[in-house]
Amino acid sequence: MTAHTTYEPKTAIERWLDTRLPIVRLGAEVLEFPTPKNLNYWWTFGGILSFCLATQIVTGIVLAMHYQAGGASAFLSVEQGIMRDVNYGWLIRGIHANGASMFFIAVYIHMFRGMYYGSYKAPRELLWLLGCVIYLLMMATAFMGYVLPWGQMSFWGAKVITNLLGAFPIIGKPITTLLWGGFAVDDPTLNRFFSLHYLLPFLIAAVVALHIWALHVPGNNNPTGVEVKSKADTVPFHPYYTVKDGFAIGVFLILFAVFIFYEPDALGHADNFIAANPLVTPAHIVPEWYFLPFYAILRAIPDKLSGVIAMFGAIAMLFALPWLNTSKVKSMRYRPTSKVYFLVFVVVCLILGWCGAQLPDDAVIPALGKTGINLIDSDLNSYVWLSRIATAYYFAYFLLITPILGLRETPLPVPDSISKPVLAGEAAKKD
Amino acid sequence: MGASRASPVSLKAGRIEGELKVAESLADSASNPGHAGDDPSRRDFIHIVAAAAAVGGAAAVAWPLIDQMNPAADTLALASVEFDLSKVELGQEVTIAWRKQPLFIRHRTPKEIAEAVAGDHADLKDPQTDAERVKAGHAEWLILLGSCTHLGCVPLFGQGEYGGWFCPCHGSVYDTSGRIRKGPAPLNLAVPEYAFLNDKTVKIG
Ligand code: HEM
Ligand code: FES
Repeated sequence: MTAHTTYEPKTAIERWLDTRLPIVRLGAEVLEFPTPKNLNYWWTFGGILSFCLATQIVTGIVLAMHYQAGGASAFLSVEQGIMRDVNYGWLIRGIHANGASMFFIAVYIHMFRGMYYGSYKAPRELLWLLGCVIYLLMMATAFMGYVLPWGQMSFWGAKVITNLLGAFPIIGKPITTLLWGGFAVDDPTLNRFFSLHYLLPFLIAAVVALHIWALHVPGNNNPTGVEVKSKADTVPFHPYYTVKDGFAIGVFLILFAVFIFYEPDALGHADNFIAANPLVTPAHIVPEWYFLPFYAILRAIPDKLSGVIAMFGAIAMLFALPWLNTSKVKSMRYRPTSKVYFLVFVVVCLILGWCGAQLPDDAVIPALGKTGINLIDSDLNSYVWLSRIATAYYFAYFLLITPILGLRETPLPVPDSISKPVLAGEAAKKD
Repeated sequence: MGASRASPVSLKAGRIEGELKVAESLADSASNPGHAGDDPSRRDFIHIVAAAAAVGGAAAVAWPLIDQMNPAADTLALASVEFDLSKVELGQEVTIAWRKQPLFIRHRTPKEIAEAVAGDHADLKDPQTDAERVKAGHAEWLILLGSCTHLGCVPLFGQGEYGGWFCPCHGSVYDTSGRIRKGPAPLNLAVPEYAFLNDKTVKIG
């Protein structure tokens, strides 16, 4: 990190520290970090995410004091112990369970923000890749956390997801057996998931540290996508963005509190109030909402292995994005055509999420009934087909639209610097 | 890397030479620092041996850490069960737990057997005749792992258009022989290893 600080150790102890472990200096550098002065509220989600991680770790450690991993005890220790007997257990679990959802809401907004403003483009590719790693770790953590209460959805979700890996030839079966520690999802699986669920958030915290380090080398991107040119383009992080982030966290907390206190189970599933039963599958298995788009992609493909590959491929697209975008202009503010394709992409992701929650053979437009047009294996008016169309757009967005548009689109005039966006834009037009 | 510089032959020669030289090298290392380690092939050899030992050591430690995740001895010991078939009426299905997984024991009606045999010549995704899926002389007993070969849900009997099982998770349909007929599952419902101890008792596993 380059030093951006006017920090002078004032007291003897600070001077002593400064020549041994300059930790106060590091803090000062972070607080005074020159930050573009035009960041909007889409930039507050980084702070919100840090807040979410801290919340999950604190509430999780408390839950672990009362939770008992084990097929016979887990469900009771949650539904009776934590929810009824432990003082404020209901509140702490409510924060943790809904906190996971809030965490994903924030991370999805944060990622769409990065895509819209081209924050993954040079010199921030590594910053983006570290973010993708955090996202993967979050998914693994949330998946294993959801298994812990050992309800019907916990159990069958675990079974279906671990079986996905079994689709891979040769290595698939040994890997699932290794994950299960048995012939099926069972006590050993639950115990190791608890161990890993405890570990992964700390790994996330470590990758977050790298993510922020990688942010502080090139500095923030900003809504114009034009790099900082001079000191006039920036303000110190504190107090400007500590206050802005703090306000955003406050607003976010209102939404969070609405879920915790008024709709604590809205994002959960009724079947998870039934203890796990390895002999009976719930009639309609759905993953947590934040996995639904990927679940829809999985089900869109009629072949098991190809479905699994498409699902993992959907995430791999994110990792490849910095090298798929060929545009010289970062921010879509100056890319009118890309903006439209991007908005469609966001809608397509929501459609995929919606499809993931439906039964594949149900009609999308019930009034229409069956169209009678049976393509491959399903009627055209079905969620399978809607998922297929949406999946096609999802992949086309990364593999065709993004690279081609970058080369062909004529961007609007881009400002010379953050400080004079409008004037520079006008000047460029006259040239 | 240094290793690529040394061919096996020069490595060997270098080692012998190196051994001969070592005494004198040590002798002048004090007056001529840096010289003792300058023989490149000898250095390479030591690097390779050291690295190989470290990799071997790391692998030897990693394996127990990985293998501990595989099924433990007590889990493996759950392997077999005996079941009294007289408890299952004609046309009934009983689900028992075997190795913590559902096992279907189905007493098939003559109609179901006839349908299953008729299905032998259909266009099957995982071709198998009905006779291959039951024990000779016991066609009325169909014993299956009740775990959908797609992603492991428990299929329900009596639903789906082939008179057999239907999986509620992603809509796989199995016939009265437990063969996959429609949907995403790639394979027939698995038939576990079992044997008839007598006409009324089977040992599974
Ligand atoms: C990245 C951060 C984390 C995420 C996204 C996360 C997510 C989840 C989720 C989705 C559940 C299921 C909630 C439910 O339906 O009841 C859960 C449960 C649980 N988590 Fe976490 N968690 C995180 C961090 C932690 C940490 C650091 C611990 C510390 C040990 C922890 C301990 C637990 C325990 C004991 C349970 C079971 C009790 C329950 O179900 O409420 N979690 N977690
Ligand atoms: S698990 Fe049976 S169809 Fe997917």
